[in-house]
Amino acid sequence: MPRRTGGTLFFDRPAAVMGYAAVGGKREAEGPLADGFDLLEKDTTFGQKTWEQAESRMQSLCAELVLRRCGIGAEGVDLLFGGDLENQCAASNYTMRALQIPFVGLYNACATMAEGLALSACFVSTGLARRAMALTSSHFCAAERQYRFPLEYGGKRTPTSQWTATAAGGVVLSGSGSGPYLRAVTFGKVMDFGIRDTSNMGAAMAPAAASTLLAYFRDSGRDPEEFDRIYTGDLGAVGSALAMQLCEREGLRLDKLHEDCGLLLYDRGRQQVGAGGSGAGCSAAVLCSHILPQFRTGALHRVLFVGTGALMSPTTALQKESIPGIAHLVAIEDA
Amino acid sequence: MNRKASPRSPLGKDCLWAFFVGGSICLLGEGLRTLYGRAGFVLTDAAALTSVTLVALSAVLTALGWYQKLASRAGAGTLVPITGFANAVVSPAIEYRVEGLVTGVGAKMFVIAGPVIVWGMMASVVWGVVYYFLRPMMGG
Repeated sequence: MPRRTGGTLFFDRPAAVMGYAAVGGKREAEGPLADGFDLLEKDTTFGQKTWEQAESRMQSLCAELVLRRCGIGAEGVDLLFGGDLENQCAASNYTMRALQIPFVGLYNACATMAEGLALSACFVSTGLARRAMALTSSHFCAAERQYRFPLEYGGKRTPTSQWTATAAGGVVLSGSGSGPYLRAVTFGKVMDFGIRDTSNMGAAMAPAAASTLLAYFRDSGRDPEEFDRIYTGDLGAVGSALAMQLCEREGLRLDKLHEDCGLLLYDRGRQQVGAGGSGAGCSAAVLCSHILPQFRTGALHRVLFVGTGALMSPTTALQKESIPGIAHLVAIEDA
Repeated sequence: MNRKASPRSPLGKDCLWAFFVGGSICLLGEGLRTLYGRAGFVLTDAAALTSVTLVALSAVLTALGWYQKLASRAGAGTLVPITGFANAVVSPAIEYRVEGLVTGVGAKMFVIAGPVIVWGMMASVVWGVVYYFLRPMMGG
């Protein structure tokens, strides 16, 4: 039986990672993780007429690659948890129109991948699905026109702003397999730091990341040192520093173990990405191009993957509302 | 805590960029006006032609994607001159072209420049009224 302690769910028959894939665009191809991607497309239109179609195409390519890697067809997946940043999760809806897998649409901004993985783990490890897929994406150009300004508009970015990744990541979890396994999940609570600056999403997400990490360590009774790495995604430089400070205030020191997907995807010195990458596709692509492959090579054995989302709405931001943040945690272990 | 963790914009560097790029655009305008003047246009016509040329130039550079690249460094230097206004109109026109000529370009073209026009005109109306009452006192 799965067990619940506090806000954390522990699985006695955990779901195993069966296959995964990451797809990225031009800037991701120029970044330090390029070698880990399964597909990198220099043409960020992905051969489509609109940015929305481009994102959907990228997501479809990612789903196809994951299925191919698993050696299964779409009918082999019982349930798909997916989402993106577009209004009404448009990119995912069009991907799923063609894919024909029972679909649960999610929106949790950059935390969507962790949310999808956590839900997939719940369904697979309890036998409610034999296999489930978590699939998310974001596209810089589609996000810019929805959340900010037209691409050609001459505006200046502040140093705290983050760069929406043009990337997609997908993972299939299976009830049987040799791992790595999703041992535990913590669904986070919405936290609000009172940040109103939509160009400082890292700061808005930091308290949620800290809250979820503190909850996990309190519920599991485990020591941070038992983990090889703790990945957050995507706090960026500002949010990472804040989250570490908030954890330390509560007596949890993680800075030696911590890495952030938003800081891994790009080289901030060379690529102008502000405080780092972000977007539903950022942590998903880092998970599938950098974290999970290291389980295969034996470089990692136990990690925490904490998706962090700034639940920003352009409308409420203009109404001077602060930005709520959320973080979901997944414990991935090779045994 | 947030303020301490969040890096500030490099104000000195940003100002220098804005000063020199903005200044160069104005210098270009001044050069154009002098040339139009030499070509035989009266001062008001030369000034109007200068604005038209700068707007056209900005529109072309926006379409090529170059204006945005310059603006990402120059900030207010490219925003404040008339070229920035042209960029603010042309960029949504390009971006929303895919949503149609009326519902896309037509509806979204002034999404950034609109407030400037609305409040700029409002301010000029208010000043016009003030000026109407002030003028007799100024002996004009």
